[in-house]
Parts: sequence; C-alpha cells; structure tokens
Amino acid sequence: MLSKPLIQRTAMPGLGLSAGITLTMLSIVVLLPIGALLLQGAQFGLANIWDTVHRERVWAALFLSFRLAFLAALFNLVFGVLLAWVLVRYRFPGRRILDAAVDVPFALPTAVAGIALTALYAPNGALGSLAAQIGWKIAYTQWGIFLALVFVGLPFVTRTVQPVIEEIETEVEEASATLGATRFHTIRHVILPMLTPAALTGFALSLARAVGEYGSVIFIAGNIPLRTEIAPLLIVIQLEEFNYDAAGAIGIAMLVISFSMLLAINLIQIFTRRRIGHV
Amino acid sequence: MQKTINLGRTAPARGKLRHQSQQRRDALAPARTAGFAPATGPASWLSGTALPALALALMALAGTHAPVQAQELLNVSYDPTRELYREVNAAFAQKWIADGHEEPQIETSHGGSGSQARSVIDGLNAQVVTLALASDIDKIAESGKLPEDWQSKLPHNSSPYTSTIVFLVREGNPKGLTDWGDLLNDGVEVITPNPKTSGGARWNYLAAWAWAEKNGQDPRQFVGDLYRHVPVLDTGARGATTTFAQRGIGDVLLAWENEAYLALEEIGEDQFDIVVPSVSVLAEPPVALVEANIANDDQRALATAYLDFLYSPEGQALAYKHFYRAWDDSAADPEDVARFPQLDLVGIDHFGGWKKAQPEHFGDGGIFDQIYTNKDTASN
Amino acid sequence: MSDATSATIARAPQPRARFRNATEETPLARAVLIALAVGGLLLLIFAPLAVVFAEALAEGWGAAVASLGNRDARSAIQLTLLITALAVPLNAAFGIAAAWLITKFDFRGKAFLITLIDLPFSVSPVVAGLCIILLFGANSLIGGWLVAHGLPIVFAIPGIVLATVFVTFPFVARELIPVMIEQGRAEEEAALTLGASGWRIFLTVTLPNIRWALLYGTLLCTARAMGEFGAVAVVSGKIRGQTATMPITIEMLYNEYLSVAAFSMAALLTAFALLTLLLKTMLEIRHADQLAATRRH
Repeated sequence: MLSKPLIQRTAMPGLGLSAGITLTMLSIVVLLPIGALLLQGAQFGLANIWDTVHRERVWAALFLSFRLAFLAALFNLVFGVLLAWVLVRYRFPGRRILDAAVDVPFALPTAVAGIALTALYAPNGALGSLAAQIGWKIAYTQWGIFLALVFVGLPFVTRTVQPVIEEIETEVEEASATLGATRFHTIRHVILPMLTPAALTGFALSLARAVGEYGSVIFIAGNIPLRTEIAPLLIVIQLEEFNYDAAGAIGIAMLVISFSMLLAINLIQIFTRRRIGHV
Repeated sequence: MQKTINLGRTAPARGKLRHQSQQRRDALAPARTAGFAPATGPASWLSGTALPALALALMALAGTHAPVQAQELLNVSYDPTRELYREVNAAFAQKWIADGHEEPQIETSHGGSGSQARSVIDGLNAQVVTLALASDIDKIAESGKLPEDWQSKLPHNSSPYTSTIVFLVREGNPKGLTDWGDLLNDGVEVITPNPKTSGGARWNYLAAWAWAEKNGQDPRQFVGDLYRHVPVLDTGARGATTTFAQRGIGDVLLAWENEAYLALEEIGEDQFDIVVPSVSVLAEPPVALVEANIANDDQRALATAYLDFLYSPEGQALAYKHFYRAWDDSAADPEDVARFPQLDLVGIDHFGGWKKAQPEHFGDGGIFDQIYTNKDTASN
Repeated sequence: MSDATSATIARAPQPRARFRNATEETPLARAVLIALAVGGLLLLIFAPLAVVFAEALAEGWGAAVASLGNRDARSAIQLTLLITALAVPLNAAFGIAAAWLITKFDFRGKAFLITLIDLPFSVSPVVAGLCIILLFGANSLIGGWLVAHGLPIVFAIPGIVLATVFVTFPFVARELIPVMIEQGRAEEEAALTLGASGWRIFLTVTLPNIRWALLYGTLLCTARAMGEFGAVAVVSGKIRGQTATMPITIEMLYNEYLSVAAFSMAALLTAFALLTLLLKTMLEIRHADQLAATRRH
C-alpha cells in the first residue's frame, strides 16, 4: 500500500484540467449541499440521530426501502442486460421503438409515472384486474412498490451496457467459436465478463435511484406504517412537522447506507476489472 | 480484438514517457488549471466556458429576479384553494383597477400546507399566506416574519371562510354509513390521507375523536380502530380522493366539505353521495400578511386590500361559491348558502388549540404514531 | 442448428446467411429473448405510456392542444427548456472531465471518487432539495448573504438549475466511464508518442470512440433533467408562470382536477424525450457507414 503513490505518473495530458473541472463541479453541486446536511446532523448530535433512526417504524421503512430497491435493481440487472443484448444484436420490426421506449422512465415525471402505474395495476385497472382474478394484489402492496422501483430504474442497466455491447468485436466471439466453445460457453465466459463492469455500474445506479425514489412510489404504495411505508416518506413526514433535525437524521442514515453499498459495488467492480485485466 | 480482451490494461510505456515537473504542477494545482486552458482548437469551449458558465449562468439568472415591484403580490396557499383563489385573484384585480390603481400582478403558489409554510420560512417571498392550519402560520411567526399575535389582526380568528369534514360514499350508500360509529362495521374500508403529511387529514382524525367523546366512547380506542379500517394512507387530500373515486378502493372517503362538493362536480354526481355526520369539526383556514416580505407602502396597501377583499361581500360570495362556509352571505347566491346542512361543529379550541393538539396527537411518537406501533404488538 | 431458413430475424450487419453463424444464438433462443424484451417493456413502459396519452386525448386533440396554449403552460415549457439547456452542457462538460480523469490516470481513492459522483442518485430527491435549502436558503449563511445582495438562489431559477444538475449529475460520467475503460489507453498513448497535443488526442482519438456513449449520456441527462420533480418541487416555490417547471405544472393541474391539461403536458414532456431519441436514431442511420467502419476496423 505504501509503495503505491497517490497518483501514478503518466504522460497522459489533461490531468490538471480534468481534475479541476471534476473537483470544482463535485464540490459546488454535491459536496457543499451534502456537507450542509451533514453539518445539520453534526449540530443535532450523533446520539440524537441514533435515537431518531433507532425506532421500529424507521427501521421497518429503511429495511423495506433497501430490500425492495435491491430486488428491483436485481430484476433490472437481468432484464436490462437481456434488453440491451436484444436491442443491439437483433434486428426485428419495432426495434427502434423499443429502443426509444427504454428512456421513458427518465422522461416521465415521477408523479405522472406513479399515477399511470397505479391506474393500471389497481384492482380496477386494466392489468390489476387480471392479476386480481388470480388473487394477486399489486397496487397498495409491496408488489406495487417493487413495480414502481423497477420502472424508475429500468433504463440504467440497459443504457450502460448497450454501448459496451456495440463495442464488442465479432472477432472475439469468432475466435471463441473457432476454439470449439459452444455459444453458451462463449456468452458465459467471454461476453458476460466483458459486460460485467458496465452491468454493475447500471445495477449500482438503479439501486441507488430506487432507494431514494419518492414521487412515483407514494401513489402505489399504500403507505401503511410498518407494511408499505418507505423511508423517503418518513423524511417528508418529519419535514411537515418542521423537524429539520429528524428529517436530516433519516436522510443521513439513508445516505450512509447507500454510500457504503455504492462504495462496495465500485470496489468489487474495480477488483473484477483488475482481475480480468491481468489475465 | 486484442483491445477488448485487455480490459483496462495499463499503459505499456508507462514510466518511459513521464514529465515529472509538468505532472506535479498539474497535480498540485488542479483548481488553477481548471480555469486556465490552452484555449485553442474547436474544443476550447469545454475548458473555457464550463466553470465560468456555471457561475455566470447563476449570476445572470439571479439578476433577472429584480426586487419585487409595488404592484406584485405573491399569495402562498395550500392545495384545495386553487379554484377559489383563481377567481378571487381575477375579481380582486378588477376591483383594484376600478379603484384607480395600476393592474396588479398577483401570483399564487399551492402545495401541502406544511411544506408551503416551510418555503416561506426558507425565503419564499410571499406577502400573503392563506394556509390550512393556524399552526403552520405560527411556525412562520416563530421565524420572525410576522408578529406573534397575527391571528387577532383580522376578524373571525383571521379565517375569512371555514369548512368541515364530511363523508363521501358510493352512490346510494350501499353500506348504509350515516355516522362515525358505522365506519367500524365489519368490512367497511375508510379512505383518508395521512395526518402526518396532510393538514386536512388532521381534521378528519380530530372529528372522529370529537364524535367518540360526545358518544361515550374511548376516543383513543375509537380512532385507533378507525385507522385499522384504512387500507391506503395517501399523502394528500387529492391523492386520497383519486384512490377512492378513480381506483375504486374503499367504501367511504373522509374529505373536506369543499373537496367533497368539488369531487361531485368534477368526477360525477351520479357516482357518489355526501353523508354529513352528526358531529364534525369547524376547520378555520387562516390568512395573514407576512410583514417581513412587504417591500414598501404601496405593496402593503395592495396586500391589505387583498386580504380585506376576502372579507368583503363579494369575496365571501366567492368562498360560498367554492363550497366554503363563509360568514357574510349578503352577496352570495342563496343556492350556494343553502346547501350546507347544520351540524354540531367542534373547533380546535376543544382540543386546546393547535399548540397543544399538534404535538399530542400528530407529533413524533404522538397518539397517531402509537396506533400503528401498538397495533403491531397487539397482533403478535 | 442448421435450420437457417427460419432465421427471419437475422443479425443486422450480415446478409441473411445460409448457415447459422457461430456467433449467433439459435433462432429459438433469439425468439425467446425478443419475446421477453418486448413483453417486459409492454407491461412496464408501453402500458403506463398508453395511459398518459389516453388521458391526454380523453376529450380529443383540440382540448389537449388548447390546454397547452395558455400563458402558464407556455411559461412552464419555456422554463423547462431553459433549465435543460443550462443543466445538460454543464453535466456534459463535467462528465467528460470526470471520465478522462478516472480512466486515463491511476490514483488512490478512485472507487471513492466514483462513489461520490454516484452519490446524488442515492440521495432521495426530497433530501437533495433539503440540502440545497440548508445551503442556500434565506436562513443559511451563504443564502442570507446572497439574498441580501439581490441574488436569491432558492425559489428562483439558479436553485432549480442546481437541483437539476444535482439529480442528473452522474449521467454522462457514468455512461462514458465503462466505454473508456473498454477502449483502454493504448490509442491515446500511441498518439502521444507520435507527438499529438492533449486536445488533438481528445478530439481525434478519444471523441470518435466515445461519441455514441456521450450522445447516450447527454440524451439521458436531457430526458431526466426535463422530468425531474422531487428536488425541484422543494426549491422552486411553485409560483405559477415564474418558477413552475413542466413537471410541477403537471402536478398542479392534476390537483385542480384538470386531468386533460395535466396529461397533455405530461405527453408533451414525453414527446420531447422521444424527440431526442429520434434525433439519436437519425444520427445513427446517417452515420451507419462510419459506425460499421469503426466497429470492424
């Protein structure tokens, strides 16, 4: 560790410029505002933050938010890679429409998305009534929250993996096939490892986005404490009571958990990249 | 092919090409080099404008928001008053011009009562606030933007109009719900927003509480049981109305009287009926002038006249028209006045005022929170 | 395996082959994958989208178009376009700089830096708004000073831009980083040994390699910037005709039981996003030759 310098020297130009822009923007847009939040938390005191968070209802909400966000991101990881593969590799009628549709969750304001999803999946909605016939309640249950989180996170994996698939050269696959690998073997051992960094990035973004999502979820969640109450709603509730301290405390708790998860994913990613890179 | 296999491969020639002094200078002074760029070539926009652009854009745009002019007025209000103030603003502007003034520019902002109050505290430049709960304006007063005794400045506790809580049921009232007690019948589902996020929902809760008290029931038990019949807690009154009316969830919606009439008008009179319970609350949405945001005497005159207009026969008639129970029906359409049935109304004073009721019932760990945590231990 | 005649769904760059290429899946596998993709998108995206357009057109085209013509609607549309025009270039510049820094240099704490860039996504938009208020609100040190000097940030356009940049912060950078990792540094280093300057390397070597990712990232950023609601709602003050963006206006209209107007504006917002996608598609078609060339070199 000690032998590794802070910055490896290289002749590549633009270090100062890129570092300058990156750090300045990062400071103004992210670090200062989040610093303000942490400062608020520091004034409130660690013990008070713990007291605020360490309550059955808050735990339940945090657990619910992170669990469903994780499951939704997992679903998006699988479905997103599949979708990216289909969009890049196959040609079929309607492909471009499908491609364009992937970004819709970004474009639709979250509240509109929530209203539209609820209208569809409520017991009297077009799809909800079908599900209701087999006794499957979607809206106003945790399924509804899962659905909304899948929706908001859907584009991430596809959009990060898509450019990478486009860059993969057929020669790699041909080489693999020439050497006797089955198609499955090629995909499993050649293509998927190439997609891993991008797919993990997409997974991390999808997860992070889902954890904090508020606008689309509240319409479909039901918001019953301990059952379908998400953590961001608790923050809004505290704000309604003019309780900036408690709102900040829950916000900080979410921030710390999310940050740790993202850091872990990014470390795994750098690790896998290194491993593959040195093969 | 080779390129793709060697993911993230490091430079083969690293070390041979380094320019130490150059490198160190760059590493040590990123901020300096950020603003400075070898501004040649078509891509110089990147360095030349990126950061100054942020600063300049923010500055330039901030500059466009000049200090408020005399004839501008911002009314920060809560959700269900949109239709009312749209008409009030138009009617008041006409009157103001007729009185020989310039045309005023009146803007309104709507949202949850609590978050609107918070915006004013955080610097939203409202000259007039018209919110759902006196406790929200009290919070603004605590920040020093208006005097502590604001509620005594205008008649009727500074509430130009009032409302109450009623039941909206499905056409023909299939479950036969006539009063609060019926809501606990087996299989009845009640839709109400979350009292923690919606001002109106606090009145729903308090109305149920008051009925239980007057009918010899333990109010705490009654309200707790009532919320066990609630399948969906929306965050706002409009969300709850949608859940009930358009998603078909629940048998009864607890709603502001003005919202219930509006829902009938907008969504369909043939789908719902209004049921008026024997006991309900007298909700007094107050209005106030925000002293700290008054720029000059002209603006003060405009803001004062605006609030006074709400109490004038014309303003009161508009309140009646929008299904509020106002005070002065001299100019109102008799039909608008006649639709309100008489019922036993309980004011917030009965609960010791908002300063006491708010923390006791709706505060962190208050009675409402206990409903859910107790329920959990009970069901285990 | 050799049943190539049924391969109506062929891989694009190749002409229809008599024998299945070793780098293709079986027709059955292809059909299943396509069916899954189409089915998933139908349930998750097209169905909600259909609801939006159906609601918008519930009273016909006339009512939908008319609802977008009034002063408040026009001002919301202009404001949203202005905010997007400011936020997206800022993010693009940041994204390129950050991706260059992260992929072309080795330094300690890289994972930490990437995580910091991702951070805005993990912050609930509500909290993001709260952070900006805490920093620039009238009761804060910086905000108080700025307001005193006639430069309010919160409840004015700068605050909305800041909130928008915040929530879209990682988009371009995150799009570029995987592609630039995939590309490696060899080409830039080769150019460097041939004596090219930094800008020349960027323009002639890096940019052509990353332009599609850059385009994707910018388009995503554009779509998200236009649609952001949560954080903007906190800092905008929701003043009709002044600081109400399209998503905020949609919420206000919906709350006024003006369902047609609300969904018309939502449909317009979606159309804006689809338009940027259409632009991308057109560029792809026009530059198909070049694309194929770079892919096969």
